Amino acid sequence: MSDLAVHEHEANPTGFAHQFEDLEQQHDAGRLGMWIFLATEILFFGGMFTSYTIYRSLHPAAFDIGSHLLEVKFGATNTAVLICSSLTMALSIHSAQTGKRKGTIIGWLIFTMLLGATFLFLKFRFEWYHDWLEHIMPGFGFVYRPEWGANGPQVQMFMCFYFFLTGLHALHMIVGLGILTVLVIMAARGRFTTQYYVPLEISGLYWHFVDIVWIFLFPLLYLIGGRYSTGGH
Amino acid sequence: MSTATADIHEVPAESRVHYLNARYGIKSWLLTLDHKRIGLLYLGTITFMFLIGGIAATLMRLNLIEPQGALVEPETYNKLFSTHGIVMVFFFLVPSIPATLGNFLIPLMIGARDVAFPKLNLMSWYIFVTGCCCMLYAVMTGGVDTGWTFYTPYSSTYAHTSVLLAALGIFIAGFSSILTGLNFIVTIHKMRAPGMTWFRLPLFIWSMYATSMIFVLGTPVIAVTLLLLGLERILHVGIFDPALGGDPLLFQHLFWFYSHPAVYIMILPGMGVVSELIPAFSRKRIFGYSFVAFSSLAIAVISFVVWGHHMFVTGQSVYAGLVFSVLSFLVAIPSAIKVFNWTATLYKGSISYQAPMLYALGFIGLFTMGGLTGLFLASLATDVHLNGTYFIVAHFHYIMVGGAVMAYLGGIHYWWPKITGRLYPDLWARFSALVIFVGFNLTFFPQFVLGYLGMPRRYAMYPAEFQSLNVLSSAGASVLAVGYVIPLVYLIWSLKYGPPAGPNPWKAKGLEWTIQSPPPTENFEETPIVTEEAYNYPTVGGVSV
Repeated sequence: MSDLAVHEHEANPTGFAHQFEDLEQQHDAGRLGMWIFLATEILFFGGMFTSYTIYRSLHPAAFDIGSHLLEVKFGATNTAVLICSSLTMALSIHSAQTGKRKGTIIGWLIFTMLLGATFLFLKFRFEWYHDWLEHIMPGFGFVYRPEWGANGPQVQMFMCFYFFLTGLHALHMIVGLGILTVLVIMAARGRFTTQYYVPLEISGLYWHFVDIVWIFLFPLLYLIGGRYSTGGH
Repeated sequence: MSTATADIHEVPAESRVHYLNARYGIKSWLLTLDHKRIGLLYLGTITFMFLIGGIAATLMRLNLIEPQGALVEPETYNKLFSTHGIVMVFFFLVPSIPATLGNFLIPLMIGARDVAFPKLNLMSWYIFVTGCCCMLYAVMTGGVDTGWTFYTPYSSTYAHTSVLLAALGIFIAGFSSILTGLNFIVTIHKMRAPGMTWFRLPLFIWSMYATSMIFVLGTPVIAVTLLLLGLERILHVGIFDPALGGDPLLFQHLFWFYSHPAVYIMILPGMGVVSELIPAFSRKRIFGYSFVAFSSLAIAVISFVVWGHHMFVTGQSVYAGLVFSVLSFLVAIPSAIKVFNWTATLYKGSISYQAPMLYALGFIGLFTMGGLTGLFLASLATDVHLNGTYFIVAHFHYIMVGGAVMAYLGGIHYWWPKITGRLYPDLWARFSALVIFVGFNLTFFPQFVLGYLGMPRRYAMYPAEFQSLNVLSSAGASVLAVGYVIPLVYLIWSLKYGPPAGPNPWKAKGLEWTIQSPPPTENFEETPIVTEEAYNYPTVGGVSV
């Protein structure tokens, strides 16, 4: 959605599309469009979260075992990385609003991209890749471990949800990196002014949304199963 | 509607530039950003898909002439009804009115130059075509035999047909729905002309708004459900497989969470069309405007909390069944509000029975019938008897074909002069409306009886005592098919030979009738200023003229 709006502006140096009466109407339309898109995204992830929740309540023991297969240190690091990337994204919008040099805008955008790339690198290199080596990637030589007992299939289901949810999230991150690349190019051409920064704003909405999804994923996947409570199960 | 443009003079279409002759050539269509042309691209695509679905239905009805199956093997029959269902639901009915008439009319009705995101609009069409190609490829490479519902574990484990391809087609086409809905919501919120307040909007716009809400909130859930299904099928993990800790009922819950609201995606636009046709041909203001408007939103909202009535006999908890039953009865209220308001509009109107009006009147009757039989199915006890029988088939065809398709054809006939600038032969149009009405009832009324007598749906064979009713139904289907072919012929004929329509052949109200037919590319030469409510038909001494 947002990169389409971005392209529209590229076609026209003033950033104004013919179907609108004025720029303000166009900006309002862009913002509303992104909010509605995010509503569809909530329903999209919502279907997954619902399924996850149902199965966790059906198979709590297996989901606890599954959660313990994940490395909290990477999840926690990535949470911090993403929260920082939301800050740098917000700062890039702020620097456009307050009329900073285009170098400043580009700097914050690239910083955001680096943080996003760090997240993906940690996720794929140190989590997915190791899971594959340890045969706990469903569909790619998943091996039930003896200590799971009868819980094997349900542990596999947990891992299935883990890969699906984090995979979809990573896909959204990759799309986000694409959008940020377009924004960097636009910023380099000096397109953003104190009057015109809507592409930054609505792309920021998207980026923050993807972060928020992770904020929900991290505790649901990594922190369940009484890992840190003293009482235990 | 707008006073400034109340008496527009006709300018011959040949002597001026409009959206059809502004540019020529295949590229000017495939790369168009004009909402009117995109509407026509959809019209061509879904007409083609309708033919595919229709051929499958024809073969099914031919097979059912004889109890042992007159034509095809049972496996082929399974593929026929699955193809018919999937194509008609996801590739014809869901996009039918919104993507064609909605695209064409929304900017015209609210006084805008285009939808809010024209490029997104064109992209939606390409996404839709990609989905269609996937589905057609699935049909050609062996077909799919799961029924349109893709119930697990059949679709996930046991079916050896092109399930993944068909599901992929639906998944892709779903994004077209989402983006169209998004575009419409933003357009209706942000692009209205000065003076076009919410309560001056034509009721078609209200119904499009309600439909778009379902597009945006429902479609993502079917997308994720099909993804889970694909995951299970490819990786052999047990998301819906009880042997591996999964639950096949979860699939049904997720599926109907979208697919019940999808029923309203199909019928709400039809209701919007009828709300335009009834006042125009009764020469009368719509009765109870705000009730009709808000009942669209009420239907959209309630539609999200009734899905469980598809699962009364699946082992869902009895208490859940009770709640879903009560909620399902609630949908009848806004639907009835609409029907009563339409009939009240007819009361003391000066009614003319032109072709679009015949479709609208047919809609009211058939939709009422489909709606009332829906109440049988919302009742827990009767549903146990009727579930999975031809009663259900008849019920939803009364809504989907008797309702949605009748309204779609009514809308096409009503706005055809605006779209093409040509009139079609009215006598033929009235005749075909009548043929469709008769053929439809002959096809589907016997199916109510068959279902009540206990004939199950989705079987290639049946006990011999059901033959006479099945033959009647098949005979009706052939009448219906003729009824669908006639408009195809004379509408295409009218493109070249039809007399010029003029800006407002029906003397109807609404911004779209204040401009030339076919409309200019930019729709309005200057942005209209709206000063009146919708449906402001003149009345003399309380009697409309």
